[in-house]
Amino acid sequence: MTKEISLEHVWVEFGEFTAVHKANLNIAGGEFFSFLGPSGCGKTTLLRCISGFQEPTRGKVKIGGEDMRGVGPNKRPTALIFQNLALFPLRSIADNIAFPLEVRGVDKKTRRKRADELLELIALSGQGDKKVSELSGGQKQRVAIARALAVEPDILLLDEPLSALDLKLRQHMRTELRAIQKQVGLTFIYITHDQGEALTMSDRIAVMNKGKIEQIGDGKAIYDHPTTSFVASFVGENNVLEGTVLSNDGQKMQIDAGLGTPFTVESHPAGGPALAPGDDCHLFVRPEALRISKDESSINQFESNFVTEEFEGNMRHIVMNANGKDLKLSLINDGTNAIDANAPVKLDFAPEMGIALKPGELASA
Amino acid sequence: MRDLFYDLVRRNGMAVSIYLMLAVSIWVFLLIILPQLTMLDYSFRFNLPPAKIGGPEDVYTLEQYRYFFQGSGASDGINTLDIGILFKTLFAAVFVTVFDLIICYPVAFVLAKSSAGAKARLLVLALIVPYWINEILRAFAFRILFGATGVINETGMGLGLWDTPIDFIREDVALYAGLAYAYILLMIFPLYNAIESLDRNQIEAARDMGANWWQVHAKVVIPYAKPGIASGMTMVFMLTSGALAAPQILGGPSNLWFTQLVYQWFNSGGNWPRGSAYAMVLLIVCIALVLLVMRLFKVSIGEIKQ
Ligand SMILES: Nc1ncnc2c1ncn2[C@@H]1O[C@H](COP(=O)(O)OP(=O)(O)OP(=O)(O)O)[C@@H](O)[C@H]1O
Ligand SMILES: [Mg+2]
Repeated sequence: MTKEISLEHVWVEFGEFTAVHKANLNIAGGEFFSFLGPSGCGKTTLLRCISGFQEPTRGKVKIGGEDMRGVGPNKRPTALIFQNLALFPLRSIADNIAFPLEVRGVDKKTRRKRADELLELIALSGQGDKKVSELSGGQKQRVAIARALAVEPDILLLDEPLSALDLKLRQHMRTELRAIQKQVGLTFIYITHDQGEALTMSDRIAVMNKGKIEQIGDGKAIYDHPTTSFVASFVGENNVLEGTVLSNDGQKMQIDAGLGTPFTVESHPAGGPALAPGDDCHLFVRPEALRISKDESSINQFESNFVTEEFEGNMRHIVMNANGKDLKLSLINDGTNAIDANAPVKLDFAPEMGIALKPGELASA
Repeated sequence: MRDLFYDLVRRNGMAVSIYLMLAVSIWVFLLIILPQLTMLDYSFRFNLPPAKIGGPEDVYTLEQYRYFFQGSGASDGINTLDIGILFKTLFAAVFVTVFDLIICYPVAFVLAKSSAGAKARLLVLALIVPYWINEILRAFAFRILFGATGVINETGMGLGLWDTPIDFIREDVALYAGLAYAYILLMIFPLYNAIESLDRNQIEAARDMGANWWQVHAKVVIPYAKPGIASGMTMVFMLTSGALAAPQILGGPSNLWFTQLVYQWFNSGGNWPRGSAYAMVLLIVCIALVLLVMRLFKVSIGEIKQ
């Protein structure tokens, strides 16, 4: 039932402007796959290529091994859920859900029966005769999903479906979407610029920037082992230090970041081009990886001064300054992390928590 | 009414509001209600010489309406000629209206949904420019176009499609074409307005869910644009059935438009009460027809705002 999708060297150009830049990827049947990226990076355009509203200028979109060029959106086994849902305001809920059946010439009784089944799936049983305008935001959301599921598509495409909802409802709908996906076992392709959403829901994520897919991997890989500076700075909070590689033996690297003794970090052979001695690099250390040193001399230690603190109850977000560079620190508020605001404080981080990457574009905050 | 006034005052201040209310009331009363009431009054009177007006013979009567239905002859005759002309006029107006709808819907759709803003406005301007030319001139232009030696006959014969000139005027082709052209903008604009406000995603959603183009229009665009369609059709129908210049200039010799009858009673017939009665008959029949059709298609008057 589920079909795999592959994009082979997909380019989309609007005149001079390149909206999608050589996208290559495979999405397995039944996967929950997300595209994550800042506004305008080409997520919607890529989704429109899969659903058939946009033909790639170059490259192939294959669904279930079949080349989709020339196959219209009404002939593809995909169902798209629009950012604004695009429910039909003049139709009742049940008629909205049954629309895909109606255009396929299914008779009225069967349509109604299927609509009732789907209403039950989305926990709106018995509300089929309501108007669209009588539903709440979350209910409309679910109706849009039910409508997309009506003809049992192989692939469900969702374009930022939760962005219009308030935080509480969004969190609730995330769980619900995931549950529906598990239940019906479809391939979900999900677009978002909310990284929390991508990280919590997806099997795998593709991070995009300016039309390029920067990295593909599961949430943990994307967060713990980013392979480009953009991904490291876009996903989650990160501190970035500019440095120079002193040595790299394939296991460990020495990096001079201008903060006293050189830092030692692990080389990540899996990701990105290897760095050679003498190369410039970006060294990323997450706020939660920075610690206040317990020992006088531990590895990767440097001095810093307190700048400011933001208190969030369970966490304390602290800004320290090391040699003119502001660094963020997130500490658990367990009473053991007192900071002297008036004296230099020693910080350190574990070698496996520092990520050195080739300098590249950083996500703007 | 009072709420409306308070609302106006709140937004525009007292002086402007009073001016607005007065201007609109005077306009409506002086230019619309009063003349129509006078016509209505006329239609229930005898056609008397000026000297007798206001005299004892000047009483209300149904004579003018009776004449429309029964003619001048015996009291059980039926005025088939005039009633026939009325029906022919209505039928032709319906035909012209539907024809306009068929032409305008695709144009309005393309204007509203396919072109980018600036291009669309240029197209709209191109549509409006011909209307800067006087209606009578336009009608004569059609007469020349469709005449025995007009462009159409010349081209047709030049291409060998037919050998003797076709009398488009006698066949009423020129009349229908002229009428269809005369009010085409009044069809395009309401349609354009209605379709333009339709969310593009609705069309794409329908496509995505498997609808072919025909179904997209039948199930999504047309239901949404129904008020615009109703409003355009109403305007074109009313104006076509009430048109005078085009039928005068483009109508075949044997073909009378109902408004021409009205005109004759007023003008050469010198019988204003009868002319008024005929005009009233036309008005009432047209309104009744429009209301009936709207009911049939479940459009309420409130929906027609554009
Ligand atoms: N039809 C088009 N013609 C020209 N440029 C376009 C067209 N569609 C999209 N673009 C451009 O392509 C780029 C990518 O657009 P896209 O809608 O895919 O972004 P996105 O990642 O979905 O952004 P957002 O998160 O804001 O929705 C944008 O710069 C946009 O201006
Ligand atoms: Mg988008």
